[in-house]
Amino acid sequence: MKCLTLAAGLCAATAASAETPVLNVYTYDSFTSDWGPGPAIEAAFEDICNCDLQFSAVGDGAALIARLNLEGDHSEADVVLGIDTSLADQALADQFFVPHTLENPTLTLPIAWDNATYVPYDWGYFAFVYDNTKTDTVPANFRDLAASDLKIVIQDPRSSTPGLGLMMWVKAAYGDEAPAIWADLSDNIVTVTKGWSESYGMFLEGEADMALSYTTSPAYHLIAEDDASKSAAAFDEGHYMQIEVAAVTKSADQPELAQQFLDFMISNAAQTILPTTNWMYPAATPAAGLPEGFETLTVPEKSLLIPAEDAGSVREAALTEWLDALSQ
Amino acid sequence: MARRAVSIISPLGLWGAAAAALLLFLTLGTLAAVAWQAEFTRGLGRADIAALRFTLIQAFFSALISVALAIPVARALARRQFPGRQILITLLGAPFILPVIVAVLGLLAVFGRAGLFNQMLNALGFETVSVYGFSGVLLAHVFFNLPLATRLILQSWLAIPAERFRLAQSLGFAPRDMFRQIEWPMLREVIPGIFAVIFLICTTSFAVALTLGGGPKATTIELAIYQALRSDFDPGKAALLSSIQFLLCTLAAGIAWYFTRHQDAAAGFDRAVQRSDAGAIGLRIQDTFYLGFAALFVILPLAMVIKSGLTGILNMPDVVWWAALRSVLMAIASSAVMLALVLPLAQIAANEKRAWPEAIAYLSVSASPLVIGTGLFILLNPYFSPRDLALPVTIIVNAAMAIPFALRGLLPAMREVEASYAPLADQLGMAGFARFRLLTLPRIRRPLGFALGLTAALSMGDLGVVALFADPDAGTLPLMIYRLMGAYRMEQAAGAALLLLFLSLALFMIFDRGGRKNADT
Repeated sequence: MKCLTLAAGLCAATAASAETPVLNVYTYDSFTSDWGPGPAIEAAFEDICNCDLQFSAVGDGAALIARLNLEGDHSEADVVLGIDTSLADQALADQFFVPHTLENPTLTLPIAWDNATYVPYDWGYFAFVYDNTKTDTVPANFRDLAASDLKIVIQDPRSSTPGLGLMMWVKAAYGDEAPAIWADLSDNIVTVTKGWSESYGMFLEGEADMALSYTTSPAYHLIAEDDASKSAAAFDEGHYMQIEVAAVTKSADQPELAQQFLDFMISNAAQTILPTTNWMYPAATPAAGLPEGFETLTVPEKSLLIPAEDAGSVREAALTEWLDALSQ
Repeated sequence: MARRAVSIISPLGLWGAAAAALLLFLTLGTLAAVAWQAEFTRGLGRADIAALRFTLIQAFFSALISVALAIPVARALARRQFPGRQILITLLGAPFILPVIVAVLGLLAVFGRAGLFNQMLNALGFETVSVYGFSGVLLAHVFFNLPLATRLILQSWLAIPAERFRLAQSLGFAPRDMFRQIEWPMLREVIPGIFAVIFLICTTSFAVALTLGGGPKATTIELAIYQALRSDFDPGKAALLSSIQFLLCTLAAGIAWYFTRHQDAAAGFDRAVQRSDAGAIGLRIQDTFYLGFAALFVILPLAMVIKSGLTGILNMPDVVWWAALRSVLMAIASSAVMLALVLPLAQIAANEKRAWPEAIAYLSVSASPLVIGTGLFILLNPYFSPRDLALPVTIIVNAAMAIPFALRGLLPAMREVEASYAPLADQLGMAGFARFRLLTLPRIRRPLGFALGLTAALSMGDLGVVALFADPDAGTLPLMIYRLMGAYRMEQAAGAALLLLFLSLALFMIFDRGGRKNADT
């Protein structure tokens, strides 16, 4: 009798798992790593969705888009999570994604967000991070920085999302003067790296006075390492934003589950996880507020962002200028 | 000359053809797959032409300096016995196998703005010297490739039968005559090939060039390919750039091959070299200088990697250890696959005096890793889940990428065996596997061990080729290093890098030792 019950139980379990729908989410590698938000997000969503959430991780945001392009109609992705606003333009939305079904989501972004396709889940400001025990005179804008002797490390916009963000930042703040700013900055730039990790590592090793990173970077050192020596320089022309977004694909096998996941990503449960795993601001501040330590961060006076409709064309023009200015 | 003809239908011929086909598929096949997707809308821009020029110039000088420095270092290693020689030779293998990011941080800890070198200069009252720029690119490429060149040249040096040196000594040759009569012919045979391999490696590097080059001035074609495949998604341009890269590399390899002179070997009694011609004090000083230089140049950055990793290695999370185990197993599998591919190619090249196995092997150095990965993805994705293929694809691609180095090491030894013993073996009717086992194998053990060790170590350090196939739950050690860095955990990342350095060297040493065991009898 006991055996029968056990067998029946097993049968039921198998049947249940066969029916469990699988939600495929494509994201960037550091999201799913053991130190990123992935594991906690997966557990929290699976608690409520009665589904199996599977992450596929590829490189970074740009690699995600390349993968969608490569897969074409074969894509298994239901949701793509982790493209940032420099890449998430209208052309991309038209090509791969369907509109989200969230109605007036409550967001706490410093700007109004009314995009029909992309749902933001976290965000940050790009900023130059420095060691406040070593650097006394902190520049207040790009012109100050260019005039100073400070050495900076940045990333190449062709291979790195923060690098792309910096390029958009200068363009958004200075428009036609951007090439001149880059030309003036060129003697401050120690080097341009392939990705964020290289430049941040070099900055921590003392190779440069400042590295392009986020205003939230000092929070990691403060909260996880109890080290208050890192600060982000506040620039008075405003700081460019990186908003990380998610969207449901046209080829989604589980469109309803996918929409539910977008909803979940801006819910209290997910938003509580993100700040201290992805080290970004939550897109909808959770009920309990921001984690302790975030209140010490530099908050820019002004937020800059080039809207999705223009992002594509601005990106291309700005890249040509950037290359010309720094190849002299 | 009565040579056993290896026809295409013999087992060796078939095996060689299969190996060649796999390599062709991975290089040209994947390129074709990428090109197939293309619309060829855009030609080359000004930036691409500049990248092309920079790529060629830096690769040429990187290869030139690496080889020019490697010759005296290899000679010193070949004719000196000193305590720690073995360890030095092993450590010389290390830079080549480190993941780029780790090696670059190690290099910068010595030569960077805040590095040891500048600390010393500042202490002596000099200005800080910036390493970034063309000189930085050369520095990094020489750091990576000088050790490789040294190892490959050293092997050829040790492959010269001791009898020739003894004969020369008894004829009263001065060191200069010794060089002209014995060493120069050997160098002429091997140098062009080694130069070509390093030239090719340097053409496909881009993270190094970018980081130490100081900015977009130092852009290589590989970065343009990267950009075309990722942000622009323009496979046509990627295919075009990759074809140009192939063309240039083929040209370079062709030139190298043209200058290679195969010497006619005379058989010796097959002993390792004991030399007594290098006793002059001037030569001693010279050798000591070169050995000291190589040791410092390679060991200082490694020491910095070790120093920064010591605190982190003690508190690494379990996943890092699991990743390390996975990496070791994959490295061993890659070595086995490499062996299966390289042996028939080397045997055919040596027996038949054919050039195609070498030509095909060169292809895999000049192939853009990104194009290989993308092409494989395009071809396999419609039928298989990339996640399921992560393991086999990584193992096979890593094996293929190591073949040119393995072949460079094996060929001179196998040619020597053929030239010296083939007539005798033919007379005795030795053929097939018995001939390989009894005649060839004992004489190629040294380069074979080196090739296996190098493949294992290269595979340990690999990150990039198959990023598209990555299985997020089965990360390798280099991937873990990047993940830790991406999560701000620089200390643990440095610990993981130290673990990687240690494991790569250990694998390399085990294989390399195995190859040298009893090699002195």
